Amino acid sequence: MKFLCVECDRQMQFEERQLPGDGTLAAAFRCPTCGRVVALLTNPMETQLVASLGVKIGGTTIERQPMETVRGMVATGKPDAFTDEGERGAGSGTIWSVEAQERLARVPNFVRGMVKRIYLDYARERGIAEITPAIMDTARTELGLEEM
Amino acid sequence: MPLNIRTYRDLTEADRSGLVDQIVAQRRRVTDRLATVRRVLAVMSGKGGVGKSFVTAGLARALVRAGRATGVLDADFNGPTAPQLLRIPVASCTLHDGVIEPLVSAEGVRCFSMAFLVEDGRPLAFRGPETEGHVWRETLEAAALREFLADVAWGTLDQLLVDLPPGVQRFQELTELLAVPPAVLAVTIPTAESRDAVRRALRGAVERKALLLGVVENMVGGPFAGSAADDLAAEFGIPVLARIPFHPGDDMWDAIALSVRSAS
Repeated sequence: MKFLCVECDRQMQFEERQLPGDGTLAAAFRCPTCGRVVALLTNPMETQLVASLGVKIGGTTIERQPMETVRGMVATGKPDAFTDEGERGAGSGTIWSVEAQERLARVPNFVRGMVKRIYLDYARERGIAEITPAIMDTARTELGLEEM
Repeated sequence: MPLNIRTYRDLTEADRSGLVDQIVAQRRRVTDRLATVRRVLAVMSGKGGVGKSFVTAGLARALVRAGRATGVLDADFNGPTAPQLLRIPVASCTLHDGVIEPLVSAEGVRCFSMAFLVEDGRPLAFRGPETEGHVWRETLEAAALREFLADVAWGTLDQLLVDLPPGVQRFQELTELLAVPPAVLAVTIPTAESRDAVRRALRGAVERKALLLGVVENMVGGPFAGSAADDLAAEFGIPVLARIPFHPGDDMWDAIALSVRSAS
């Protein structure tokens, strides 16, 4: 999937991604010549199909997690399916606000460990000392973490 | 006057999304993970109820008894039975350093199965839109297969047996993920109906340039009559590796393991 600014005959570049939270996705692309921006809007089924491929529109800078697609998409997973033994130092020193902890607690057990690791990696990469719901929202949008 | 629009392939500038690069990276991860696996062996039939999982488990246990490091990837995501057949108690899977450890039977067979992940007694269900699930469900199951291959710490194996579900779709997905097509062990029961279903699957495997190791005829000597194994062997020029009666003993499995190793 690519976008062409027909007027400038230039390939448009990914600008940003937004996840409204209703299963849809918006991805904006900008023409590097004229600056015109267009938005790709996908319906829930199209969003799901992209997610099913295990790819992210706009890419990601965060290291992928093992079985990321399975853990993120299985709805009938066992709460105790995974035991995470390797902290790898990820997010060491990062703290969670009470509100962020409450929000994390609402994530199903099956996927919670992976979601926590992703937020910690995101915070570590950006030098963020405290994870708050606002940081989680930003990370979710930037990383394309629909349903997380 | 129509617009002069360049085609997809004409646009070659780097893009931050890099969706193709993401797919390539996924495939590379599979290849890297399986670099220490000498052979991937698909156990398939194209037919349900012929005992693929039973044969896979019996063969895996016999191969381990013969000193061959063996893994079983249970690719039947909607009806996983490998852990039970290998006598592996379902337990939590351990993550460390970006990989997931397979569970290991008392005899030493390494296994990964959807049975470890999905709640007992519940179907495999995915998050997503409630309608038109057929559009994306197979894609998700293909992704699960990829992650079972790439994200499980299989380690050094002489063979990884992939227990396929009925049909040929999972085999096609497996073939697309591997650098070289898997070797194929076909399982049938003696009946003409089974023969015809397995024939379709084997033709699909041949079209994918997979090496056919041979055919195993299961449930011999019981109520099922026919010559499926002999027919398939003659048609595809492959050996009948074993005829398995109901309730085979370890000595039977050991003989099958020897046949499979010789057929490689």
